[in-house]
Amino acid sequence: MDFNDTSEEAKFRKEAYEWLKANASLKKGPKDGWRAASEEEGLEQVKIWQNKLYESGWACMHWPKEYGGRESTPIERVIWGQEISKFKVPGGFLEIGQGMAGPVMMMYATDDQKARHLPPMAKGEEIWCQLFSEPGAGSDLAGLKTKSVLEGDTWTINGQKIWTSGAHFSDWGILVTRSDPTAHKHKGLTYFFLDMKSPGVEVRPIKQISGGANFNEVYFTDVKIPDSQRLGAVGDGWKVSLTTLMNERLAVGDASGPDFEEAFNLARGQDLNGSLAIENGAVREKLADWYCQKSGLKFAKYRNLSALSRGETPGPQSSITKIVSGNKLQEIANFGMDLMDSAGILRMDEAEADQSMYQYGFYGAAGIRIAGGTDEILKNIISEQVLGMPQDMRADKGIPFNEIPSGNK
Amino acid sequence: MNFEFSADQIQLKDIARKFLEKEDSVKRARAVLEGKDSYDEELWKLIGEMGFTATSIPEEYDGLGLGYLELCVIAEELGRSLAPTPFSSSVYLATEFLLKLGSNEVKQNYLPKLASGSSIGTFAHTEKNTAPTELNIICEVKDGSISGTKIAVPDGDIADFAVVSAKEGSVVGLFLVDLNSDGVERVNQPTLDPSRSHASLTFNNATAITLGSAKEGWENLQYILDRAAVLFSFEQLGGAEASMNMAKEYAMGRFAFGRSIASFQAIKHKLADMYIAVELARSNCYYGAWALSTDAPELATAAATSRVSASQAFNECSKENIQTHGGMGFTWEFDCHLYYRRCRQLAANIGSQSIWKDKLISSLERANQL
Ligand SMILES: Cc1cc2nc3c(=O)[nH]c(=O)nc-3n(C[C@H](O)[C@H](O)[C@H](O)COP(=O)(O)OP(=O)(O)OC[C@H]3O[C@@H](n4cnc5c(N)ncnc54)[C@H](O)[C@@H]3O)c2cc1C
Repeated sequence: MDFNDTSEEAKFRKEAYEWLKANASLKKGPKDGWRAASEEEGLEQVKIWQNKLYESGWACMHWPKEYGGRESTPIERVIWGQEISKFKVPGGFLEIGQGMAGPVMMMYATDDQKARHLPPMAKGEEIWCQLFSEPGAGSDLAGLKTKSVLEGDTWTINGQKIWTSGAHFSDWGILVTRSDPTAHKHKGLTYFFLDMKSPGVEVRPIKQISGGANFNEVYFTDVKIPDSQRLGAVGDGWKVSLTTLMNERLAVGDASGPDFEEAFNLARGQDLNGSLAIENGAVREKLADWYCQKSGLKFAKYRNLSALSRGETPGPQSSITKIVSGNKLQEIANFGMDLMDSAGILRMDEAEADQSMYQYGFYGAAGIRIAGGTDEILKNIISEQVLGMPQDMRADKGIPFNEIPSGNK
Repeated sequence: MNFEFSADQIQLKDIARKFLEKEDSVKRARAVLEGKDSYDEELWKLIGEMGFTATSIPEEYDGLGLGYLELCVIAEELGRSLAPTPFSSSVYLATEFLLKLGSNEVKQNYLPKLASGSSIGTFAHTEKNTAPTELNIICEVKDGSISGTKIAVPDGDIADFAVVSAKEGSVVGLFLVDLNSDGVERVNQPTLDPSRSHASLTFNNATAITLGSAKEGWENLQYILDRAAVLFSFEQLGGAEASMNMAKEYAMGRFAFGRSIASFQAIKHKLADMYIAVELARSNCYYGAWALSTDAPELATAAATSRVSASQAFNECSKENIQTHGGMGFTWEFDCHLYYRRCRQLAANIGSQSIWKDKLISSLERANQL
């Protein structure tokens, strides 16, 4: 075990830093993060920045070179992550494509499809969304009902998806459907990718608790998908979905928002009961807890990456990241607002204002604890798949799919 | 021992609950949150007509002369239904300050209007991003005029008058300021709970009437805050219980994996945790109610105990209510976020958790001096 760079790693780190130094500006302090005035502006800036990364060989670094990657080792990705975190650079929008659709395409798409879709994904030119959840099928994803029917070599899709993040600005989507309602629940699913501009696709925004609208309902009315855009065998959609979900937990794991550093800095500048908050014992204890959680997650990630670099596949262990960081964010958001006492709830427009950061975290954390597998589902996964404990009694086994109660009734 | 509300008080609670349900108080809270109004004027009028604003005001000032236990049960129902009105500012704070510290003339001038709800009062204390203390308050009164700025004042934009904390000489006193008078400027300040309006108040030599003796200003202030804390706790308790009930109801009607999600132990335990938090808070709130209504020497301890536990219960229930709803809980359309926001607003209103926890232990130290 060794945290020091080998000479190649040091060389790589220097190269990464120098490229970043020449192409981006260093953060002036912990609050000096990138933030766009609007979603449109953010997307535009991300596309420009991602294109730059792509042109210089820093996009999707672990991907094969032919699709725009550089075949980097997991350690190199960690080093890149450490270096880029020092800079103020655009982010977001690309996780679903690069983190989820990409790996699935890599496994299941034809060579022509990979050549067509992976480079624009790496370049940030085409944005992807994930059309999985339905009104009656979230945690119980395999309960989905969106229908797909094959005629000749064309599938016709009818149904509804919900909570689709970014559908309103996405070019492509990955989609799971029910192709055989008479088969057992997990056997009758088929997986596709599709052009979001296909006729019959209708995207309606859903307003979320913060007032913004980042996710959507997506309706399918006689949408046609060529059979060539099927990923995996007919009826094998569940298996392909599981690959996607495993990658999702890797891609979206870490909650973004104020973390230990922000809370630590706030406590060092803020009065509490007549002295600095940082001198308060309860504050110190909370900070210590968050530091240990953050540090534990960081080193767990290193351990996972070390396993990856030995060629092992990421296991469900990575589920802990989202549980810990989502709940930590919710606590830190409340802590930050509390520390500003009655003024903590004021909504300040200035991006610099401490309040806004904690308030974004307050709303965001509630979503992180649900998106991509709820806390409860992830704990089931840990107990059943990591610890090998027995599953709950299944009420939906051995019953025809259309007789299983689901959704709100 | 009888640690329960009387039949009459329970009946009053039932009346308040049915009235607020009939008037669609939660829907009104959403309308204020989404609209431009600072509060629901019609609901406020109706609340005045029901006599809720007059509960603790003696009959000689046109009040009902009921006790504080009655006010506690009303507070719980206002919290349960998220009533978008200045009730807490006007009744738990402004009315209390005037009842305890106002001269006869002040009482005669203000209390009848507070009783009917035709006048709205508030309390202006916060000046910056930290809890106000005897040392950090900058607002100042000289020769009967006040200058300085208060921020995050609940209902500051709609109140007719405010009780304001300010320095006079070397001590912090309490002053009554007519907010429609010369030298007062108010600016609306949006918060994360727009169903309750807030404003900054800037005073520029505005006329200030002294309330109580300046020397005892800080002590009086703490005393009234303790009293108000019990009433705020009941609002928080109502909000917590409403969130718990929403979660339970949703869970019973939602199916996943072929069964009601309410049948999953993770969800059952979550609900049981909410219930435990609510029951601890309720019991502590009753202790607070007793101390408030009997003006017991334990008031400071009882108030802080109920405040801390009710804040915890509301936090637990409002966030886990969202979690129980899954994606639905994260939507604007569902009411979960109204409670999540109000939870923060009520927690911030009269000082944060750490302040009340500190007060609690300090009062225990005073009570158990070695
Ligand atoms: C911000 C956000 C972004 C999202 N983005 C996307 C997206 O881009 N694409 C997409 O397809 N989906 C997306 N989702 C949907 C997300 O995956 C689902 O909301 C989530 O899986 C929960 O499903 P549900 O909403 O149907 O809740 P439900 O499954 O109805 O869950 C309700 C409650 O029951 C609990 N529960 C359910 N089953 C069990 C069990 N077996 N044991 C114990 N507890 C259980 C849950 O933990 C939860 O507390 C997003 C959600 C959010 C909040």
